[in-house]
Amino acid sequence: MNKPVSLTAEAHHSDETGAKLGMWLFLFTELLLFGGMFLLYSIYRSEHAHEFFLAATELDTFIGTVNTLALLTSSLTVAISIEALRRGSRKITIAMLIITIILGIVFMINKYFEWSAKIHHGIYPGGAKLLSMSDGEMLFFNLYYVMTGLHGIHVLVGLGVLSFMLYFVSKRPGKKINLDYETLSQIRGANLEVVDEKGQKIDDIGLIDNDVEDVDIKFKYAQVPSKMDKSNIIKLENSGLYWHLVDIIWIFLFPLFYLVS
Amino acid sequence: MNQNASSSVENQENHSIGYGVYILVWLSLVVFTGLTVAVAGVDLKALAVTVALSIAATKSILVLMYFMHLKYEPPLFRTLVVVVVVALATFIILTFLDILFR
Amino acid sequence: MASHSFAEPAHHEESYLDYKGKYGGIRSWLLTTDHKRIAILYMISILTAFLVAVSIGFLMRLEQLTMGETIVSPKTYNTFFTLHGIIMVFMFIIPGIPAIFGNFLLPLQIGAKDVYFPRINLLSWYCWVGGAIFLIIALFSGQGAPDTGWTFYAPYSTRTGTNVTLTLLAAFILGFSSILTGLNFITTIHRMRAPGMGWFRMPLFVWGLYATAWIQVLATPIVGITLLMVLAERVFGVGIFDPTLGGDPILFQHMFWIYSHPAVYIMILPGMGVISDIIPTFSRRTIFGYKAIAYSSMAIAIAGSLVWGHHMFVSGQSYLTSVAFSAITFLVAIPSAIKVFNWTATMYKGSIDPQPPLFYALTFIFLFMIGGFSGIMNGVLSVNVHLHDTYFVVSHFHYVMFGGTGFALFAAMHYWFPKMFGRMYNKKLANIALAIEFVGFNLLYFTMMIMGYEGMPRRYYDHLPQFHTDHVIATVGSWVLISGLLLMLANLFWSIFKGQKVGSNPWGGTTLEWQVPSPPPHENFEEIPYVDGGPYDFKNAETTA
Repeated sequence: MNKPVSLTAEAHHSDETGAKLGMWLFLFTELLLFGGMFLLYSIYRSEHAHEFFLAATELDTFIGTVNTLALLTSSLTVAISIEALRRGSRKITIAMLIITIILGIVFMINKYFEWSAKIHHGIYPGGAKLLSMSDGEMLFFNLYYVMTGLHGIHVLVGLGVLSFMLYFVSKRPGKKINLDYETLSQIRGANLEVVDEKGQKIDDIGLIDNDVEDVDIKFKYAQVPSKMDKSNIIKLENSGLYWHLVDIIWIFLFPLFYLVS
Repeated sequence: MNQNASSSVENQENHSIGYGVYILVWLSLVVFTGLTVAVAGVDLKALAVTVALSIAATKSILVLMYFMHLKYEPPLFRTLVVVVVVALATFIILTFLDILFR
Repeated sequence: MASHSFAEPAHHEESYLDYKGKYGGIRSWLLTTDHKRIAILYMISILTAFLVAVSIGFLMRLEQLTMGETIVSPKTYNTFFTLHGIIMVFMFIIPGIPAIFGNFLLPLQIGAKDVYFPRINLLSWYCWVGGAIFLIIALFSGQGAPDTGWTFYAPYSTRTGTNVTLTLLAAFILGFSSILTGLNFITTIHRMRAPGMGWFRMPLFVWGLYATAWIQVLATPIVGITLLMVLAERVFGVGIFDPTLGGDPILFQHMFWIYSHPAVYIMILPGMGVISDIIPTFSRRTIFGYKAIAYSSMAIAIAGSLVWGHHMFVSGQSYLTSVAFSAITFLVAIPSAIKVFNWTATMYKGSIDPQPPLFYALTFIFLFMIGGFSGIMNGVLSVNVHLHDTYFVVSHFHYVMFGGTGFALFAAMHYWFPKMFGRMYNKKLANIALAIEFVGFNLLYFTMMIMGYEGMPRRYYDHLPQFHTDHVIATVGSWVLISGLLLMLANLFWSIFKGQKVGSNPWGGTTLEWQVPSPPPHENFEEIPYVDGGPYDFKNAETTA
């Protein structure tokens, strides 16, 4: 009755490439989502080149540059964070993640001030100042709000995801195996033991009698690379991929809106 | 029990990328950012957009290849990124066919 | 080194329908991650939506039975054709075959236990449901259902008081359902094929799903952002397509059709995949030109993404653009033709087994060809000037979408029904239903083709006396068609519970799904098979009842 049965997790949970492929496919959808807006931008800019130039003078190149540097640096820190997790250096991982999140917050704060200033001056969709502008200038600002707005939403989502990752990674590496009701029902009356590879009993865990509802077995690992929770590494890598995408979109938004003049 | 029928060698991801590489990439990105800001002050007329987009593209490629590991992934991933970029470019170009020739 | 040991788990020989997992009752369905159950969930919801949309179509035809007002006002008629389009396009035809049969069959056909992301699979169904709920709210709140046509052209869509905003949200969420399905299928096909199954040993249905999945992933976001911007215009006053704010309404059309044309290939490619699986089985011969059909699926996906402007020939776009799009449109016909030739060649000198799936498949080929030819006619610039926005276009797309994808879906239902439910339906009834549908379909839509050719405009609430006879014929045709549909569905529905039980391979198919019990057990295969040949090898096949 005591034939060893493998309790492998789904084989593909250790298939990093597959999980990564899924994430890249999602990134492609994001690229095309923003790509559609870049299409509109390029068309309208070609038709209203001069007005775009005029409108862009309203934007503060300095804040734009600061924001660009903030995101670029946050990409660096999240990349280091992931590498550190692979190497088992949890402290660096956590520190770098925190810096990434802080830089993201800095970006959003800057954005808040930028938008507030514009709105205060009546330059917003439906605002008095905006409606008094020429067609091209209106289009510039409408596109500005939609594109940086959608980008900002993605930054917020990214910050949320990274915060979750911070929580996951902060937990000590370990593994929990749960013997659920279905598994237990197959071994009721059996005695749970620890045996070595020769089948010799080392220790007694307990009798699975009718009153046992659930069994949890917890492993807590030392912080070495081989024991780093692989699924956490995959999750963090995918979160990093998302964050880098947010960075790349801004890399294009920056010159197209702030450097036109 | 591994159902993996992929013919590519399973990339063990043990290619540890040194922190140094990342920092170098970051420095390049900062330099390019400075470059694009500086160039914006120069009146290049029609060439301005091309230059700005080229620098942005270069920065993106750096982020893609190093930060996002594309350089170290199976070739399929790089191919797919190219496919997506080409698809987007095609949509834009065909639409311009309308706008420019009305 | 210590190991833990347990007794062997009980063999899960029970079917996926009876499997007892972590949850009981309704939760075992609503929280399932089994691709087969998710397929059934989709089947129920999608067929419900289909019947709702059919009913709206029925009412539309009823309105056209007489000149002047028959049953509804013009405003209501506008919402009818809008809803009919939205529900059919976004809730029935686009998800249809991939969500129901792709979900059920893909893992089975490649020898896998499930798709790569089972929980995302369930999420995609909930996105569908979420979109449906938003649409229902749009129907019954505020100024009621949208009246823009399913194409939401600006600037009317940004200004009309009807519930366009809610509908756009519904469409956006439905788009997510499509994207997630595509993402899941691509990853599954790349990473989970059984050992030995190289790319050119996959069933052609899988190739169809693969090409479709790429369009779902790459094209859907474009319409996503387009709809989002119309939303922004309505809600925040952001002027993107509004001419009074400097916008260009034709740009809306460009962006809308950049997705919506590839969308029709999302609709047809899985259908063609179904036919490619059915024909060999009932010809008892391997498919003719496997690689040509596989490559043609990818070619259709690529070329089909470059022709969107043929919806806009009279919109005011540049003449050069129209010429370019017209030329590329002719090219897209070529890979489709390749498939039809190869299907025909497969049947030539084959041992034909006259079963309902084959009859539905042949009907597909016939109706799709008429649709395809009428499409080419629409693609001719000079002719398009006269045919645009007439019933000719309506007829064309009903031939390809309904006669094509719709009948392919019916074919899939009749082919894989025994596998999904372990029972057989009444074959005679199935054939009779098909005959009735065929007569009704052509009465309805061929008449429309003639009407359109003679100038009857589409989306018109009323018609001139010269079109009256044709409208009556078409409406009667719709009644015949719907009778056939109801008979077909009743036959299938009844047989789910009372049909004669069948074994794993009632048709003598050679693809992997026919090697597992009908219905399949929870984990599909006891042991992942090793594949050492092509998918349609009839020389070594056996039929088991």
